[in-house]
Parts: sequence; structure tokens; C-alpha cells
Amino acid sequence: MQTFDLEAQGLRELNTTLQAQATATNQTSWEIVNAKGSHAIAVGLDAPIEVNVKGSTGYYCAGMNKQATVHVYGSAGPGVAENMMSGTVIIEGDASQYAGATAHGGTLIIKGNASSRCGISMKGVDIIVHGNVGHMSAFMAQSGNMVVCGDAGDALGDSLYEARLFVRGSVKSLGADCIEKEMRPEHIEILKDLLARGECDAKPEEFKRYGSARQLYNFNIDNAY
Amino acid sequence: MCGIVGLFLKDKALEPELGNMLTDMLITMTDRGPDSAGIAIYSGDTDGKVKITVQSDTPEEDFPVLEAALGEGLGSTASVRINDTHAVIEVPAELADVTRARLKEINPNIRMMSRGESLEIYKEVGLPKDVAARFDISSMSGSHGIGHTRMATESAVTTMGAHPFNTGPDQCLVHNGSLSNHNQLRRKLRREGIHIETMNDTEVGAAYLTWRMQQGATLGEALQSSLDDLDGFFTFVVGTKDGFGVVRDPIACKPAVMAETDQYVAFGSEYRALVNLPGIETARVWEPEPATVYFWSHNAAPTATEKAA
Repeated sequence: MQTFDLEAQGLRELNTTLQAQATATNQTSWEIVNAKGSHAIAVGLDAPIEVNVKGSTGYYCAGMNKQATVHVYGSAGPGVAENMMSGTVIIEGDASQYAGATAHGGTLIIKGNASSRCGISMKGVDIIVHGNVGHMSAFMAQSGNMVVCGDAGDALGDSLYEARLFVRGSVKSLGADCIEKEMRPEHIEILKDLLARGECDAKPEEFKRYGSARQLYNFNIDNAY
Repeated sequence: MCGIVGLFLKDKALEPELGNMLTDMLITMTDRGPDSAGIAIYSGDTDGKVKITVQSDTPEEDFPVLEAALGEGLGSTASVRINDTHAVIEVPAELADVTRARLKEINPNIRMMSRGESLEIYKEVGLPKDVAARFDISSMSGSHGIGHTRMATESAVTTMGAHPFNTGPDQCLVHNGSLSNHNQLRRKLRREGIHIETMNDTEVGAAYLTWRMQQGATLGEALQSSLDDLDGFFTFVVGTKDGFGVVRDPIACKPAVMAETDQYVAFGSEYRALVNLPGIETARVWEPEPATVYFWSHNAAPTATEKAA
């Protein structure tokens, strides 16, 4: 395992080193110490390596991630795993605003709470939150799954497209065009897999499913050009 | 952007370190705004006296003559402590209003930064490290304080456009965000007789709170109604004689992190600002909820109104 002291060696050195790892690298395990809330830790990775960040991170940790597993032993600042393509990002603490925004793939696991706009415009990522999510979560979410073991804030799933939302607790309010949907056996199966991947101690049957009513302007074919 | 910090000490043993800790926190936030910086410090019991902090662009001409000039009208009870471009004038509480009126007559170039029994505000154009150094903020002690580093959006980069803004006796405000209805609100508040000096949006926010409190609202109530009456983005941190409060607009896109231990409650625009605080590894760290007024007070047994600030 390689240990990287962020304070001593600097952010540019860290990201250059991690981004240079080839897919077939033998140096698969990295530990980052003295994170101290720094921005843009472990962004743009593209190799199946494991990066363990000791401490909390600032803006945009693990942004644009491909293949790598980034594990934050602390809380994450705004925009964690933004635009992730594949791989896994695990946050032991809480995540700030817009966690997993626009992410196309991979898995984002938040063991604490996520703040507002979690999964905004998500495009295929699976987001599993052990705690609560804040207001406007899954806003304009296009594809992928969001699992919330706690409660959801105001305007969940506003202007939603095809993403699936599973919430165990209460939903403060649903956003425009977001409705509760029937939980069919195939959804239980999907959720069972998501909960197992997220290491959640929850039963799929306890959740409700929310999705798009497909009633907004853009869903009406007569409005197409 | 803009960066905000706040520190409320529960442990009296840390009080000599307040200025040092706040300065360190604010310097960490420098890259959120390089235009101007300011710190409000609450310290000491002035024993029935009021402190009026003033600023001048030509302190070497304006300040040395101040004590004598004020003494003529007031009966030689004013003391003046000069600190770079700022000076703290101490007068008996009952002479505070007369003193402020006299200052305007004596020298219209002297600007009011703050007034109150324990509040002192120091702010200037420049980076946090330079502003803090010129006033030697690090050496100041106190029970609580707030700080701000500015990235200007709505008005000019000047001393008067720097935060914190004094809202009322021993009260001040720092702001991250931008208010979009400040022009309309400024006209309205001026018609109500509220003095607003600059074209700055935050000054209007501060004046709004002052106006609401003049009408009898508590600070907590004024903050609550600001959620309805102020349009735009804001994370506010307010200081009062006994404590500090935090409120974010309902959209809450301006960042905020808080930490609490047995020794302190701390606020930062980012977690980075908090990393050097003692015991931060085991502190309770959380993000304040949108449209929610938070408040901490040194008053051990606050009354119902004080609790609501």
C-alpha cells in the first residue's frame, strides 16, 4: 500500500500520480492522509485502484471517477462523485450538496446523510444513502437508482425522467411530476441487490418506490420538434 | 463566493486564543474571496461604557486629535484607542448617541464601524492575512467572533462594502450570497428613516434586520422574517452580545458547515476552515438546515425571547 501525505506532497502531485496508474498497475491500494477538507481529491481516476482518504474532503472529491474505488473515512464536501462514470465511491460520514450530480454510472454509497440536491441530473449512477437526503434530491434525474434508507426532503424527484427512487422513511414533499409507484417483484429484486451492495441493514419491503408520472410538457410527443 | 467563519467559545480557557483561532480560520478561506476582509470580536466587560469603533483613510491626521475634540463636547470622558486605520472610542453608555452625532460634526471623513458594549469590528480592503496583521487580530481575546472574506458581486470593493456590517448595538452580520431585491428594499428602508450608506446588498440585509428590531422584533424573529422578505441567496451569520446565530435561505446553495464540542461552536463556509480547531476529529460536524434559524448564547439561562435571540 502507498501512503500519500496530501499536506506535504500537494494536490497536483496526488492527482497526477493517481491518474497515471495503468489499468494493470500493481499499486492498487493507496492511502491519503492529511486530507483536511481539501478540494478535488482523487478526481479523474481511470484504473481499478482503491483509494482510502483518511479524514473529510472538500469540494468535488472523486469527481469523474472511472473504475476506481474511493473510500472517504470522514464526510465529503459539495459535489462528491460528480459525473462519475463507473467504480465505487463510499462516504463513511455525511455528504454535502449535489452528491453524485450528473453521474453516468458506478455506485455511490453514503453512510451518513446526504444534503440537498443529491443525485441531481443523475444519468445512470446507483446512489445508496443510509441516512436522509435533503431538498430537491434527484432533480431532473434521468436514469439509475437512488435508495434512501431514511427520509427525503422537499421536492423529491422534481421533473424526473426514468430514474427509480426508493425511500424507506418519509418524503417531505414530492416535486413536480414525481409520484409514488407500485413496488412490483422486479423492483424488490433490484432493491435487494442495491441494499446488499450498499451494505444496508434494511428490508426491500420497507421501501416505497417513486418515479415519473411522465406528464410534463416534454413527455407529450406533440411537443416534439 | 465569499467565505464566512464564526467561533463561539464555551470554554473560557480558550478566550485568549479567540483572535488567533478566528484569524487562522479566515485565512484558510482566502480563496473564496480576495477583495476585502473583516472580523467582529466580542470581548471584555466595559462596565457601563460603550465602544464605538471608527475608521479613517487618513488615521494619522484624524485620530490623534479625536480625544481632545470629543472631550470638548462631552466633558472629557471619551477614551480613544488607535489601531491602524481604526480607533475604538469608549464613552459612558448614556453618551453614546451624543458621541456619534459629535463625531459626524468633528470630522465627516470618520466612518462608524460598530457600536456596542463588547463588539469591535475591524475591516479593510485586502486579503485576510494582511487585514488581520494590520490590526493584530491574532492577539485579541474574546468570547466569540465572526469573520468574512469578500468576493464582491453587488457593489464596489471599499472599506464600507466590507463585512461584517453593524446592525444594532452589539449586533453584526456577515453574508455569503447575493440579494436580488436590495434596490427596492433600500428605497423602502430609507423611506422608513433607516440610514443606508452604500449600494451594497448586504448592508441592506443588515439594515433590514435593524429596522425589524426597531419595530420590536427579536433578532430571531427578524431572521425568521428575512426568509420571507429577502430575495436571493444567503447564508447569514449574525453576532450578538451573548452569542451568534446562523440562517440560510430555503435554496441553501451557499455552503455552510458547523462543528460543536464541549469547548466551542464553530462555523465555516467549508470544512477546511475548521480543521485546525482543537478536538475537531471528534467534534459533532453537520450542515445547517435551510430556512432554519440556529442560535447559541453565553447566557446560561436565556429567557424565552433570548432563546429566540
